Amino acid sequence: MIATSSLRKTFDGGVEAVKGVDITVEAGEIVGFLGPNGAGKTTTMRMLTTLLTPTSGTAAVAGHDLLADPREVRRRIGYVAQGSALLPSAPLKAELELQAMLYGLGRREAAARIADVLARLELTGLETRIPAVLSGGQRRRFDIAFALLHDPDLIVLDEPTTGLDPQSRANLWDHIRALRAERGMTVFLTTHYLDEADALCDRLLIIDHGRIVAEGTPAELKAGGRTLDDVFLDITGRSLREEVGA
Amino acid sequence: MLRDTWVLFRHGVRVTLQQRVGIVFGAIQPLLFLVLFGPIFTTFGTWETLVPGLMIQLGLLSMALAGLGVVFERRTGALERLRVTPASRLALLLGRVLNNAVTLVVQLMLLLVVAFALGLRVPVGGLVAGIALVVVLGVSLAALSYAIALTMNEQLFAPMMSTAVIPLILLSGSFLPMSMAPRWLDALSRVSPFRYVLEAVRDLFHGRYLTGTVAAGVAVTAVFAVFGLAVGTRVFNRENA
Repeated sequence: MIATSSLRKTFDGGVEAVKGVDITVEAGEIVGFLGPNGAGKTTTMRMLTTLLTPTSGTAAVAGHDLLADPREVRRRIGYVAQGSALLPSAPLKAELELQAMLYGLGRREAAARIADVLARLELTGLETRIPAVLSGGQRRRFDIAFALLHDPDLIVLDEPTTGLDPQSRANLWDHIRALRAERGMTVFLTTHYLDEADALCDRLLIIDHGRIVAEGTPAELKAGGRTLDDVFLDITGRSLREEVGA
Repeated sequence: MLRDTWVLFRHGVRVTLQQRVGIVFGAIQPLLFLVLFGPIFTTFGTWETLVPGLMIQLGLLSMALAGLGVVFERRTGALERLRVTPASRLALLLGRVLNNAVTLVVQLMLLLVVAFALGLRVPVGGLVAGIALVVVLGVSLAALSYAIALTMNEQLFAPMMSTAVIPLILLSGSFLPMSMAPRWLDALSRVSPFRYVLEAVRDLFHGRYLTGTVAAGVAVTAVFAVFGLAVGTRVFNRENA
Protein backbone atom coordinates (compact mmCIF):
# COMPACT_ATOMS: atom_id res chain seq x y z
CA MET A 1 0.00 0.00 0.00
CA ILE A 2 2.97 2.30 0.70
CA ALA A 3 6.42 1.70 -0.77
CA THR A 4 9.07 4.40 -0.61
CA SER A 5 12.69 4.28 -1.59
CA SER A 6 15.26 6.84 -0.41
CA LEU A 7 12.51 9.43 0.10
CA ARG A 8 14.09 12.74 1.00
CA LYS A 9 12.90 16.27 1.75
CA THR A 10 15.12 19.31 2.09
CA PHE A 11 13.36 22.61 2.76
CA ASP A 12 14.41 26.03 1.44
CA GLY A 13 17.20 27.15 3.71
CA GLY A 14 18.80 23.73 3.68
CA VAL A 15 16.90 22.04 6.53
CA GLU A 16 17.04 18.33 5.72
CA ALA A 17 13.88 17.06 7.40
CA VAL A 18 13.77 13.59 5.86
CA LYS A 19 17.05 11.99 4.82
CA GLY A 20 16.15 9.09 2.57
CA VAL A 21 13.57 6.80 4.16
CA ASP A 22 12.46 3.39 2.93
CA ILE A 23 8.96 2.51 4.13
CA THR A 24 6.86 -0.50 3.24
CA VAL A 25 3.29 -0.86 4.45
CA GLU A 26 1.25 -3.85 3.29
CA ALA A 27 -2.47 -3.71 2.55
CA GLY A 28 -4.58 -4.20 5.68
CA GLU A 29 -1.82 -3.35 8.15
CA ILE A 30 -2.04 -0.83 10.96
CA VAL A 31 1.42 0.72 11.11
CA GLY A 32 2.58 3.24 13.71
CA PHE A 33 5.12 5.86 12.73
CA LEU A 34 6.86 7.07 15.88
CA GLY A 35 9.52 9.64 16.59
CA PRO A 36 10.35 12.66 18.73
CA ASN A 37 9.22 16.17 17.74
CA GLY A 38 11.03 17.30 14.60
CA ALA A 39 12.12 13.76 13.69
CA GLY A 40 10.48 13.97 10.24
CA LYS A 41 7.13 12.23 10.86
CA THR A 42 4.81 14.96 9.66
CA THR A 43 7.06 15.87 6.72
CA THR A 44 7.03 12.22 5.62
CA MET A 45 3.25 12.05 6.00
CA ARG A 46 2.78 15.25 4.05
CA MET A 47 4.89 13.83 1.23
CA LEU A 48 2.89 10.59 1.23
CA THR A 49 -0.37 12.56 1.01
CA THR A 50 0.92 14.78 -1.87
CA LEU A 51 0.96 17.95 0.24
CA LEU A 52 4.74 18.21 -0.10
CA THR A 53 6.89 17.28 -3.07
CA PRO A 54 9.85 15.06 -2.20
CA THR A 55 13.27 16.48 -3.00
CA SER A 56 14.39 13.04 -4.22
CA GLY A 57 13.52 9.37 -3.98
CA THR A 58 10.49 7.44 -5.15
CA ALA A 59 7.20 6.47 -3.58
CA ALA A 60 4.12 4.54 -4.58
CA VAL A 61 0.99 5.04 -2.50
CA ALA A 62 -2.18 2.98 -3.03
CA GLY A 63 -0.71 1.65 -6.26
CA HIS A 64 0.14 4.99 -7.82
CA ASP A 65 3.37 6.89 -8.19
CA LEU A 66 3.41 9.89 -5.90
CA LEU A 67 5.12 12.23 -8.35
CA ALA A 68 3.65 11.02 -11.63
CA ASP A 69 0.07 10.55 -10.46
CA PRO A 70 -0.69 12.63 -7.35
CA ARG A 71 -4.40 13.02 -8.12
CA GLU A 72 -4.90 9.24 -8.30
CA VAL A 73 -3.07 8.94 -4.98
CA ARG A 74 -5.43 11.54 -3.45
CA ARG A 75 -8.45 9.67 -4.80
CA ARG A 76 -7.43 6.56 -2.87
CA ILE A 77 -6.25 7.90 0.45
CA GLY A 78 -7.79 9.71 3.38
CA TYR A 79 -5.73 12.09 5.49
CA VAL A 80 -6.38 13.38 8.98
CA ALA A 81 -3.95 16.15 9.87
CA GLN A 82 -2.62 17.11 13.30
CA GLY A 83 -5.28 19.11 15.11
CA SER A 84 -8.86 19.47 13.95
CA ALA A 85 -9.38 20.71 10.39
CA LEU A 86 -12.94 21.89 10.97
CA LEU A 87 -14.05 25.50 10.62
CA PRO A 88 -15.52 26.22 14.08
CA SER A 89 -18.71 27.88 12.83
CA ALA A 90 -19.25 26.11 9.50
CA PRO A 91 -22.29 23.80 9.40
CA LEU A 92 -20.86 20.27 9.26
CA LYS A 93 -23.47 18.86 6.89
CA ALA A 94 -22.62 21.36 4.15
CA GLU A 95 -18.90 20.81 4.67
CA LEU A 96 -19.32 17.03 4.46
CA GLU A 97 -21.34 17.38 1.25
CA LEU A 98 -18.66 19.63 -0.26
CA GLN A 99 -15.89 17.20 0.64
CA ALA A 100 -17.81 14.21 -0.75
CA MET A 101 -18.55 15.98 -4.01
CA LEU A 102 -14.92 17.01 -4.43
CA TYR A 103 -14.15 13.30 -4.34
CA GLY A 104 -16.45 12.94 -7.34
CA LEU A 105 -19.54 11.62 -5.58
CA GLY A 106 -22.95 12.63 -6.88
CA ARG A 107 -25.54 14.23 -4.62
CA ARG A 108 -27.40 11.03 -3.71
CA GLU A 109 -24.27 8.95 -3.40
CA ALA A 110 -22.75 11.63 -1.17
CA ALA A 111 -25.80 11.68 1.10
CA ALA A 112 -25.71 7.89 1.45
CA ARG A 113 -21.97 7.84 2.16
CA ILE A 114 -22.26 10.64 4.71
CA ALA A 115 -25.05 8.77 6.52
CA ASP A 116 -23.03 5.55 6.48
CA VAL A 117 -19.79 7.12 7.73
CA LEU A 118 -21.55 9.10 10.46
CA ALA A 119 -23.35 5.97 11.66
CA ARG A 120 -20.07 4.04 11.67
CA LEU A 121 -18.41 6.74 13.80
CA GLU A 122 -21.43 7.26 16.08
CA LEU A 123 -21.95 10.80 14.87
CA THR A 124 -25.44 10.56 13.40
CA GLY A 125 -27.48 13.67 14.18
CA LEU A 126 -24.47 15.80 15.08
CA GLU A 127 -23.94 16.91 11.47
CA THR A 128 -26.62 19.55 11.90
CA ARG A 129 -24.46 21.31 14.47
CA ILE A 130 -21.29 23.37 14.14
CA PRO A 131 -17.88 22.11 15.35
CA ALA A 132 -17.62 24.81 18.04
CA VAL A 133 -20.31 23.09 20.12
CA LEU A 134 -18.87 19.57 19.86
CA SER A 135 -16.49 17.78 22.25
CA GLY A 136 -12.86 17.16 21.32
CA GLY A 137 -13.58 13.48 20.69
CA GLN A 138 -16.56 14.26 18.45
CA ARG A 139 -14.55 16.80 16.47
CA ARG A 140 -11.76 14.28 15.94
CA ARG A 141 -14.24 11.65 14.78
CA PHE A 142 -15.66 14.19 12.33
CA ASP A 143 -12.11 14.74 11.04
CA ILE A 144 -11.93 11.02 10.40
CA ALA A 145 -15.41 11.04 8.85
CA PHE A 146 -14.21 13.63 6.30
CA ALA A 147 -11.31 11.35 5.40
CA LEU A 148 -13.55 8.29 4.95
CA LEU A 149 -16.26 9.78 2.70
CA HIS A 150 -14.74 8.39 -0.51
CA ASP A 151 -14.07 4.94 1.01
CA PRO A 152 -10.27 5.13 0.70
CA ASP A 153 -7.93 2.13 0.65
CA LEU A 154 -5.51 3.83 3.03
CA ILE A 155 -6.04 6.29 5.84
CA VAL A 156 -3.16 8.41 7.14
CA LEU A 157 -3.68 9.75 10.65
CA ASP A 158 -1.33 12.34 12.12
CA GLU A 159 -1.59 12.19 15.91
CA PRO A 160 -5.31 11.37 15.88
CA THR A 161 -5.73 11.13 19.65
CA THR A 162 -3.62 14.05 20.87
CA GLY A 163 -5.54 16.08 23.43
CA LEU A 164 -8.35 13.54 23.90
CA ASP A 165 -9.42 12.11 27.23
CA PRO A 166 -8.84 8.35 27.86
CA GLN A 167 -12.46 7.46 27.00
CA SER A 168 -12.33 9.30 23.68
CA ARG A 169 -8.95 7.76 22.87
CA ALA A 170 -10.21 4.24 23.57
CA ASN A 171 -13.30 4.94 21.49
CA LEU A 172 -11.16 6.14 18.59
CA TRP A 173 -8.97 3.04 18.81
CA ASP A 174 -12.10 0.88 18.49
CA HIS A 175 -13.13 2.79 15.40
CA ILE A 176 -9.69 2.45 13.84
CA ARG A 177 -9.66 -1.30 14.52
CA ALA A 178 -13.15 -1.58 13.02
CA LEU A 179 -12.01 0.13 9.81
CA ARG A 180 -9.46 -2.59 9.29
CA ALA A 181 -11.70 -5.44 10.44
CA GLU A 182 -14.76 -4.45 8.40
CA ARG A 183 -13.21 -2.76 5.40
CA GLY A 184 -9.70 -4.16 5.27
CA MET A 185 -8.47 -0.58 5.35
CA THR A 186 -4.76 0.10 5.74
CA VAL A 187 -3.91 2.55 8.52
CA PHE A 188 -0.69 4.56 8.80
CA LEU A 189 -0.59 6.73 11.91
CA THR A 190 1.69 8.79 14.09
CA THR A 191 1.29 9.12 17.81
CA HIS A 192 3.25 10.25 20.84
CA TYR A 193 1.33 7.80 23.04
CA LEU A 194 3.43 4.66 23.08
CA ASP A 195 0.72 2.65 24.88
CA GLU A 196 -1.53 3.51 21.96
CA ALA A 197 1.06 2.37 19.43
CA ASP A 198 1.54 -0.83 21.40
CA ALA A 199 -2.16 -1.60 21.65
CA LEU A 200 -3.21 -0.58 18.16
CA CYS A 201 -0.42 -1.26 15.68
CA ASP A 202 0.73 -4.43 13.94
CA ARG A 203 4.09 -2.90 13.24
CA LEU A 204 6.05 0.18 14.27
CA LEU A 205 8.56 2.37 12.47
CA ILE A 206 10.69 4.74 14.52
CA ILE A 207 12.14 7.78 12.77
CA ASP A 208 14.74 10.13 14.22
CA HIS A 209 16.76 12.93 12.63
CA GLY A 210 15.05 12.13 9.32
CA ARG A 211 16.04 8.45 9.24
CA ILE A 212 14.23 5.22 10.13
CA VAL A 213 16.16 3.96 13.13
CA ALA A 214 14.08 0.97 14.20
CA GLU A 215 11.32 -1.21 12.82
CA GLY A 216 9.38 -4.24 14.01
CA THR A 217 6.26 -5.49 15.71
CA PRO A 218 5.63 -4.12 19.20
CA ALA A 219 6.59 -7.55 20.59
CA GLU A 220 9.87 -7.60 18.64
CA LEU A 221 10.80 -4.10 19.78
CA LYS A 222 10.01 -4.95 23.41
CA ALA A 223 12.11 -8.14 23.38
CA GLY A 224 13.88 -8.72 26.68
CA GLY A 225 10.99 -7.52 28.82
CA ARG A 226 11.52 -3.82 28.19
CA THR A 227 8.66 -1.34 27.81
CA LEU A 228 8.09 0.51 24.55
CA ASP A 229 8.97 3.74 26.38
CA ASP A 230 12.39 2.31 27.32
CA VAL A 231 13.00 1.14 23.77
CA PHE A 232 11.96 4.49 22.32
CA LEU A 233 14.18 6.49 24.67
CA ASP A 234 17.14 4.14 24.16
CA ILE A 235 16.87 4.58 20.40
CA THR A 236 16.11 8.29 20.20
CA GLY A 237 17.89 9.54 23.34
CA ARG A 238 16.64 11.75 26.14
CA SER A 239 17.55 15.22 24.83
CA LEU A 240 14.64 17.57 24.19
CA ARG A 241 13.70 18.25 20.57
CA GLU A 242 12.21 21.21 18.79
CA GLU A 243 9.91 21.03 15.79
CA VAL A 244 11.57 21.75 12.45
CA GLY A 245 10.29 21.75 8.90
CA ALA A 246 6.64 21.14 8.10
CA MET B 1 -11.89 21.10 -13.13
CA LEU B 2 -15.16 22.76 -14.21
CA ARG B 3 -17.19 20.45 -12.00
CA ASP B 4 -14.96 21.10 -8.99
CA THR B 5 -15.16 24.85 -9.62
CA TRP B 6 -18.96 24.63 -9.78
CA VAL B 7 -19.14 22.53 -6.59
CA LEU B 8 -16.96 25.01 -4.70
CA PHE B 9 -18.79 28.01 -6.15
CA ARG B 10 -22.19 26.61 -5.15
CA HIS B 11 -20.92 25.83 -1.66
CA GLY B 12 -19.46 29.34 -1.35
CA VAL B 13 -22.72 30.98 -2.46
CA ARG B 14 -24.63 28.86 0.05
CA VAL B 15 -22.32 29.99 2.85
CA THR B 16 -22.45 33.63 1.69
CA LEU B 17 -26.24 33.62 1.59
CA GLN B 18 -26.30 32.38 5.17
CA GLN B 19 -24.38 35.54 6.07
CA ARG B 20 -26.54 38.08 4.23
CA VAL B 21 -25.76 40.77 6.79
CA GLY B 22 -22.09 40.45 5.79
CA ILE B 23 -22.94 41.34 2.17
CA VAL B 24 -24.74 44.52 3.25
CA PHE B 25 -22.06 45.36 5.77
CA GLY B 26 -19.39 45.05 3.06
CA ALA B 27 -21.18 47.76 1.06
CA ILE B 28 -21.87 50.05 3.98
CA GLN B 29 -18.97 52.51 3.50
CA PRO B 30 -19.72 53.36 -0.14
CA LEU B 31 -23.43 53.55 0.76
CA LEU B 32 -22.66 56.05 3.51
CA PHE B 33 -20.57 58.13 1.10
CA LEU B 34 -23.41 57.96 -1.41
CA VAL B 35 -26.08 59.11 1.04
CA LEU B 36 -24.10 61.52 3.22
CA PHE B 37 -21.50 62.88 0.77
CA GLY B 38 -23.40 62.50 -2.52
CA PRO B 39 -25.83 65.40 -1.95
CA ILE B 40 -22.87 67.73 -1.26
CA PHE B 41 -20.89 66.47 -4.25
CA THR B 42 -23.80 66.99 -6.61
CA THR B 43 -23.91 70.70 -5.81
CA PHE B 44 -20.83 71.01 -8.04
CA GLY B 45 -20.58 67.56 -9.71
CA THR B 46 -22.92 64.87 -11.00
CA TRP B 47 -24.10 61.48 -9.72
CA GLU B 48 -22.67 59.99 -12.93
CA THR B 49 -19.22 61.16 -11.83
CA LEU B 50 -19.50 60.18 -8.16
CA VAL B 51 -21.17 56.76 -8.40
CA PRO B 52 -18.44 55.12 -10.56
CA GLY B 53 -15.96 56.23 -7.88
CA LEU B 54 -18.04 54.60 -5.19
CA MET B 55 -18.28 51.43 -7.30
CA ILE B 56 -14.47 51.28 -7.46
CA GLN B 57 -14.32 51.98 -3.71
CA LEU B 58 -16.74 49.12 -3.13
CA GLY B 59 -14.76 46.77 -5.37
CA LEU B 60 -11.53 47.60 -3.58
CA LEU B 61 -12.90 47.42 -0.04
CA SER B 62 -14.92 44.27 -0.60
CA MET B 63 -12.42 42.27 -2.66
CA ALA B 64 -9.05 43.28 -1.19
CA LEU B 65 -9.94 41.49 2.03
CA ALA B 66 -11.32 38.37 0.29
CA GLY B 67 -8.17 36.55 1.37
CA LEU B 68 -9.21 36.75 5.02
CA GLY B 69 -11.42 33.69 4.55
CA VAL B 70 -8.54 31.64 3.28
CA VAL B 71 -6.33 32.82 6.15
CA PHE B 72 -8.85 31.32 8.53
CA GLU B 73 -9.16 28.12 6.48
CA ARG B 74 -5.40 27.72 6.45
CA ARG B 75 -5.13 28.32 10.19
CA THR B 76 -7.76 25.69 11.01
CA GLY B 77 -6.43 23.16 8.49
CA ALA B 78 -9.67 23.24 6.47
CA LEU B 79 -7.76 24.38 3.36
CA GLU B 80 -5.38 21.44 3.67
CA ARG B 81 -8.38 19.11 3.97
CA LEU B 82 -9.52 20.36 0.57
CA ARG B 83 -6.02 20.13 -0.87
CA VAL B 84 -5.85 16.38 -0.24
CA THR B 85 -8.97 15.79 -2.33
CA PRO B 86 -8.47 15.14 -6.06
CA ALA B 87 -10.01 18.56 -6.81
CA SER B 88 -7.84 20.73 -9.04
CA ARG B 89 -5.96 23.42 -7.14
CA LEU B 90 -7.10 25.94 -9.76
CA ALA B 91 -10.71 25.01 -8.99
CA LEU B 92 -10.06 25.77 -5.31
CA LEU B 93 -9.23 29.34 -6.41
CA LEU B 94 -11.83 29.79 -9.15
CA GLY B 95 -14.70 28.51 -7.02
CA ARG B 96 -13.91 31.17 -4.44
CA VAL B 97 -13.35 33.94 -6.96
CA LEU B 98 -16.66 33.27 -8.71
CA ASN B 99 -18.42 33.45 -5.37
CA ASN B 100 -16.69 36.80 -4.75
CA ALA B 101 -18.01 37.97 -8.13
CA VAL B 102 -21.59 37.18 -7.12
CA THR B 103 -21.14 38.97 -3.80
CA LEU B 104 -19.75 42.03 -5.57
CA VAL B 105 -22.59 42.10 -8.11
CA VAL B 106 -25.16 42.01 -5.30
CA GLN B 107 -23.36 44.81 -3.45
CA LEU B 108 -23.11 46.90 -6.63
CA MET B 109 -26.83 46.42 -7.26
CA LEU B 110 -27.57 47.61 -3.76
CA LEU B 111 -25.43 50.70 -4.29
CA LEU B 112 -26.91 51.43 -7.70
CA VAL B 113 -30.51 51.06 -6.54
CA VAL B 114 -29.92 53.70 -3.85
CA ALA B 115 -27.99 55.84 -6.36
CA PHE B 116 -30.89 55.70 -8.82
CA ALA B 117 -33.26 56.70 -6.05
CA LEU B 118 -31.06 59.73 -5.37
CA GLY B 119 -30.91 60.82 -8.99
CA LEU B 120 -28.36 58.77 -10.97
CA ARG B 121 -29.35 58.41 -14.62
CA VAL B 122 -27.27 56.11 -16.83
CA PRO B 123 -27.81 54.48 -20.25
CA VAL B 124 -28.39 50.71 -19.91
CA GLY B 125 -25.40 49.83 -22.11
CA GLY B 126 -23.09 52.02 -20.07
CA LEU B 127 -24.46 50.62 -16.83
CA VAL B 128 -23.92 46.99 -17.86
CA ALA B 129 -20.44 47.66 -19.26
CA GLY B 130 -19.48 49.65 -16.15
CA ILE B 131 -20.61 46.88 -13.79
CA ALA B 132 -18.75 44.31 -15.90
CA LEU B 133 -15.50 46.29 -15.69
CA VAL B 134 -15.75 46.74 -11.92
CA VAL B 135 -16.61 43.07 -11.36
CA VAL B 136 -13.68 41.82 -13.47
CA LEU B 137 -11.38 44.25 -11.65
CA GLY B 138 -12.80 43.14 -8.30
CA VAL B 139 -12.41 39.40 -8.84
CA SER B 140 -8.86 39.90 -10.11
CA LEU B 141 -8.14 41.77 -6.90
CA ALA B 142 -9.76 38.93 -4.93
CA ALA B 143 -7.48 36.38 -6.63
CA LEU B 144 -4.50 38.56 -5.75
CA SER B 145 -5.80 38.91 -2.21
CA TYR B 146 -5.90 35.09 -1.85
CA ALA B 147 -2.34 34.86 -3.15
CA ILE B 148 -1.14 37.51 -0.69
CA ALA B 149 -3.03 35.85 2.18
CA LEU B 150 -1.33 32.53 1.46
CA THR B 151 2.16 33.95 1.23
CA MET B 152 2.40 36.54 3.98
CA ASN B 153 2.26 36.45 7.77
CA GLU B 154 -1.42 35.89 8.54
CA GLN B 155 -1.38 38.38 11.41
CA LEU B 156 -0.29 41.14 9.04
CA PHE B 157 -2.71 40.39 6.22
CA ALA B 158 -5.80 42.29 7.43
CA PRO B 159 -4.00 45.43 8.67
CA MET B 160 -1.78 45.58 5.60
CA MET B 161 -4.57 45.15 3.08
CA SER B 162 -6.97 47.57 4.77
CA THR B 163 -4.18 50.15 4.91
CA ALA B 164 -3.14 49.59 1.29
CA VAL B 165 -6.70 50.03 0.06
CA ILE B 166 -7.04 53.63 1.29
CA PRO B 167 -4.33 55.22 -0.93
CA LEU B 168 -5.50 53.07 -3.84
CA ILE B 169 -9.02 54.46 -3.46
CA LEU B 170 -7.82 58.03 -3.11
CA LEU B 171 -5.37 57.75 -6.02
CA SER B 172 -8.02 56.29 -8.28
CA GLY B 173 -9.95 59.55 -8.02
CA SER B 174 -12.96 57.91 -6.43
CA PHE B 175 -14.21 61.04 -4.70
CA LEU B 176 -12.97 63.76 -7.01
CA PRO B 177 -11.56 63.43 -10.54
CA MET B 178 -7.76 63.42 -10.53
CA SER B 179 -7.80 66.11 -13.21
CA MET B 180 -8.50 68.47 -10.28
CA ALA B 181 -5.36 67.30 -8.42
CA PRO B 182 -1.96 69.06 -8.43
CA ARG B 183 0.38 67.82 -11.12
CA TRP B 184 2.48 65.60 -8.83
CA LEU B 185 -0.58 63.87 -7.41
CA ASP B 186 -2.09 63.48 -10.86
CA ALA B 187 1.18 61.87 -12.05
CA LEU B 188 1.30 59.57 -9.02
CA SER B 189 -2.27 58.41 -9.56
CA ARG B 190 -1.38 57.22 -13.06
CA VAL B 191 0.57 54.38 -11.43
CA SER B 192 -2.69 52.97 -10.06
CA PRO B 193 -4.60 50.75 -12.49
CA PHE B 194 -7.83 51.67 -10.74
CA ARG B 195 -7.72 55.24 -12.08
CA TYR B 196 -7.95 54.02 -15.68
CA VAL B 197 -10.85 51.71 -14.89
CA LEU B 198 -12.68 54.42 -12.99
CA GLU B 199 -12.29 56.95 -15.79
CA ALA B 200 -13.56 54.35 -18.25
CA VAL B 201 -16.65 53.68 -16.10
CA ARG B 202 -17.31 57.44 -15.86
CA ASP B 203 -17.21 57.67 -19.66
CA LEU B 204 -19.53 54.66 -19.96
CA PHE B 205 -21.97 56.17 -17.48
CA HIS B 206 -22.06 59.31 -19.59
CA GLY B 207 -22.89 57.24 -22.66
CA ARG B 208 -19.44 57.66 -24.25
CA TYR B 209 -18.48 54.16 -25.39
CA LEU B 210 -15.86 54.44 -28.12
CA THR B 211 -13.27 56.62 -26.45
CA GLY B 212 -9.58 56.22 -25.73
CA THR B 213 -10.38 56.37 -22.02
CA VAL B 214 -12.75 53.40 -22.28
CA ALA B 215 -10.19 51.47 -24.36
CA ALA B 216 -7.49 52.18 -21.77
CA GLY B 217 -9.82 51.09 -18.95
CA VAL B 218 -10.71 47.84 -20.69
CA ALA B 219 -7.06 47.12 -21.49
CA VAL B 220 -5.92 47.81 -17.91
CA THR B 221 -8.73 45.64 -16.53
CA ALA B 222 -7.79 42.78 -18.87
CA VAL B 223 -4.09 42.99 -17.94
CA PHE B 224 -4.95 43.18 -14.24
CA ALA B 225 -7.27 40.17 -14.57
CA VAL B 226 -4.59 38.06 -16.26
CA PHE B 227 -2.03 39.15 -13.65
CA GLY B 228 -4.31 38.54 -10.64
CA LEU B 229 -5.49 35.12 -11.81
CA ALA B 230 -1.98 34.05 -12.84
CA VAL B 231 -0.51 34.96 -9.46
CA GLY B 232 -3.46 33.41 -7.60
CA THR B 233 -3.18 30.17 -9.59
CA ARG B 234 0.56 29.98 -9.07
CA VAL B 235 0.24 30.37 -5.31
CA PHE B 236 -2.67 27.92 -5.00
CA ASN B 237 -0.67 25.36 -6.99
CA ARG B 238 2.39 25.82 -4.85
CA GLU B 239 3.15 23.23 -2.20
CA ASN B 240 2.58 24.37 1.35
CA ALA B 241 0.28 27.19 0.24
